[in-house]
Amino acid sequence: MSIASTTAQVLAQVDIDADGLKAAEGASSAGFAYGLAAIGPGIGIGYLVGQAVQAMARQPESAGTVQTTMFLGIAFTEALALIGFVVFILLKFV
Amino acid sequence: MIFGLEFPSIENIVEWPNFLFKDSELFGFNKIGFIHFLGLVLPAALFFIAGRQKGLVPKGVRNFVESIIDFIEEQIILPTIGAEGMRYMPMLMSFFLYIFIANITEVIPFFQMPATARMAGPLVLALVAWVAFIAVGVKHNGMGYFKSVLFPSGVPKPLYLLVTPIELLSTFIIRPFSHAVRLFANMLAGHILIVTFAVLCIGLWAAKPTVIVELLTFPGLIAFTAFEVGVSLIQAFVFTILAAVYIGLALHPEH
Repeated sequence: MSIASTTAQVLAQVDIDADGLKAAEGASSAGFAYGLAAIGPGIGIGYLVGQAVQAMARQPESAGTVQTTMFLGIAFTEALALIGFVVFILLKFV
Repeated sequence: MIFGLEFPSIENIVEWPNFLFKDSELFGFNKIGFIHFLGLVLPAALFFIAGRQKGLVPKGVRNFVESIIDFIEEQIILPTIGAEGMRYMPMLMSFFLYIFIANITEVIPFFQMPATARMAGPLVLALVAWVAFIAVGVKHNGMGYFKSVLFPSGVPKPLYLLVTPIELLSTFIIRPFSHAVRLFANMLAGHILIVTFAVLCIGLWAAKPTVIVELLTFPGLIAFTAFEVGVSLIQAFVFTILAAVYIGLALHPEH
């Protein structure tokens, strides 16, 4: 009870207007959106490139094909992180 | 405001004033338009100059252009479409050179802006690729193309309730969107990264000139500029290879 009343008192003193509150919420949720969106693709790209390097080390003569396929896989995996980045831009700036 | 530094808003770093048709409401021509125009003219001029050269042994400009053609053939067309994909060489070549020129202006002084960091450019290119792969599919497989995409063979009948809407969304609606966003978001992120480091450098220079080297912001700016050169090349390559993959999938939908 005391915590809630203290928070209310602090909020009354700080006097946050609606626009400021919206901007603050937008900024913090933008950070969460991009941070969460980067986890999965980060793991995915790391795994993908690691496996590609292993394949190239085992079979150097197929390095060209592996490299092309690797870039393709990276492009598909990366799309999720990039959509997270677009959400970040939309939340933060629009 | 972060750490006492004023970062420019997003409008300040991606919107440019018109320098032609200033008073018109319908038309406008700004730096982005100029970069797109360069992306059209420079490859055409390059190929025109290379095409005028006579003789069997290529040298100079023609050598350079032939190495680009070799790169597109060896790295993009043959692994994704196969030998019959060579007829799409002009389209993929234009994609590659156009996007590369629109990207590399990110690090060229006086431009300092990738034209692909505005959604309009990548969106139009992705729609061109979208129309191209649907046209290739219909041309080579007739209306059976849509059937083979929406109702893939080897799937139990009741599962079509689930598979067909997913295929419709992923192939015909989300594909051009993600194709465009991949290029756009990469270039916008790189642009914001470079702007951030430049703003840091300027702010620290105003505070105390020697501190920018101590805090590694200026070396960081140089390193990220070099990194963005690589990103420009990789993104042009990835956009082109994805267009090639989509065309290859439309040519042989059974795979």
